[in-house]
Amino acid sequence: MTERSTEPSTRPEPVIEVERLHVHAGASHILRGIDLTVRKGEAVALLGANGSGKSTLVRALVGTVAPSHGTVRLLGAGLDADRVPWERIGYVPQRAGARTGVPSTAAEVVASGLLSGRRWWLPRGWRARVRTALDEVGLADRASSAMHVLSGGQQQRVLIARALVRDPDVLVLDEPVAGVDRPSQEAFAASVRRLVGRGVTVLVVLHELGELTELVTRAVVLRHGRVVHDGAPPRPRAAHDAVSHRHVHPHDDEARRPAPLTQNPVNGSTEEVAS
Amino acid sequence: MNLLTELGWMLTDPFMQRALLAALLVGASAPVVGTYLVQRRLSLLGDGIGHIALTGVALGWLIGAALGVAPEAFAVPGAVVAAVAGALAIELVRRRGRTSGDLALAIMFYGGIAGGVLLIGIAGGSNGNLMQYLFGSISTVSGSDLVLTVVLSALILVVGIGLRAALFSVSHDEEFAVASGLPVWLLNAMVAVVSALTVTVAMRVVGLLLVSALMIVPVAVAQQLTHSFARTMGTASVVGVVVCVTGLTITYFQDVSPGATIVVLAIAVYAVAAAVRPLVARRGPAADPHPDLPDDVELPPGPRARTDQEVCT
Repeated sequence: MTERSTEPSTRPEPVIEVERLHVHAGASHILRGIDLTVRKGEAVALLGANGSGKSTLVRALVGTVAPSHGTVRLLGAGLDADRVPWERIGYVPQRAGARTGVPSTAAEVVASGLLSGRRWWLPRGWRARVRTALDEVGLADRASSAMHVLSGGQQQRVLIARALVRDPDVLVLDEPVAGVDRPSQEAFAASVRRLVGRGVTVLVVLHELGELTELVTRAVVLRHGRVVHDGAPPRPRAAHDAVSHRHVHPHDDEARRPAPLTQNPVNGSTEEVAS
Repeated sequence: MNLLTELGWMLTDPFMQRALLAALLVGASAPVVGTYLVQRRLSLLGDGIGHIALTGVALGWLIGAALGVAPEAFAVPGAVVAAVAGALAIELVRRRGRTSGDLALAIMFYGGIAGGVLLIGIAGGSNGNLMQYLFGSISTVSGSDLVLTVVLSALILVVGIGLRAALFSVSHDEEFAVASGLPVWLLNAMVAVVSALTVTVAMRVVGLLLVSALMIVPVAVAQQLTHSFARTMGTASVVGVVVCVTGLTITYFQDVSPGATIVVLAIAVYAVAAAVRPLVARRGPAADPHPDLPDDVELPPGPRARTDQEVCT
């Protein structure tokens, strides 16, 4: 969309390609024609209000939601026809699923990240790799703890370790810092910084850029299932995420303007951002 | 004379040898499958498959009677076919959504029992013929029965233990398994088929009505003792072997139902484990589970917040 004057030949190859993607869930039309290309080495933030379709887009990317129209290609392989190299893609779902009937340890959960369509068994030396991945998120000492005794933030970090253990080239994260305290957010930002430094492509769903502001190279804003902004991440107002900032906004009962986006959801400015 | 010579006599009895081997295999394999079922919160699936297998037993009788051979010859193969078909049908219903699934499962369960009773009558048998399948008949395990038990148990253990990483992933977080490119549908179907085979194998030992207990109760015992999935599975398997072999040994000396004895024994072990656990697991007075975490808020120094305490800023 907002491709600038870079030469097509020098641009890195696309890692995620979404074309005219539509997703229906029952009667509701959740994604209404998404076009999105993420290239190698980019760190893209997917922003938008609740219900704007961020999570559905991510789920359609990793194949857990079936698109009703359009195509998704990951690392050059079409999701519907080709063999996607899933072992190169790390996915972090929004939160740990409901507690399962049998408890499992953090190490066991992380180890399941080593499996893929081509590998149904744990590889040789999996214990060391699991330990490294847990170390990466600062939980090396909790490897044998049961998942359900870990705090919410720690569980989230275990899920990140599960995506990292396979040494992915692409990392797709769905709100990895929602409901996670400040130190965990900082640890997470440090992990992502290291990964981006290694050349990993990152697509991360966020509510606010927060700790990741400096890392994100591009922001895509969804609204009602459409892309309304795709370009440089707008700087949030300096004080917006500070402790002293009070998230109090006027709520007028009478609707002022019906549909168009009146406020940039990222930086809070009132300029029109729809393009 | 004494207990040891009595046990020695028991081990030389060929009926008892076959029965013990069958009990050993079933005791080891049923809890392995049960671990996956408990993990997916499908503890009662084995029960449902057992009901459907009853129709298979009766269908086998009907075919046997029609072909003019011994009616029992086709009972176990009939149970295997019906149980596998039923388990796959349940898996399909589970996939298609939970709203109607509960009802569809219930219909399948009761249809299984009713179909069994109806068909056994048509085949010229009586409900009494179904009793040995409903409550087990381990003392009548024949050589060919034993071969089938050995083959199916081996298959169950190979799939259940050999594929445990992939089956764990699918049972733990299906969405992540899809995003890993694992063949989720195939792995789910494998769990369903292996559950069905377990039901038919355990049918001879504890009977269709108590099969589920042998799959689930050892897992419940293991959960009292460990927090790891792999150790839960291993412990459950050991508990299964111990209660099956012990229960069968008791019935050699006392004239009681083997299936019921095994299940009662398993539940007794569970009760003991549940009672003992709080005494064993207690370590120190109320340890803070997260001592390494800094506080999230700044506290002014006061009587309740020590000033030397490091607070996060």
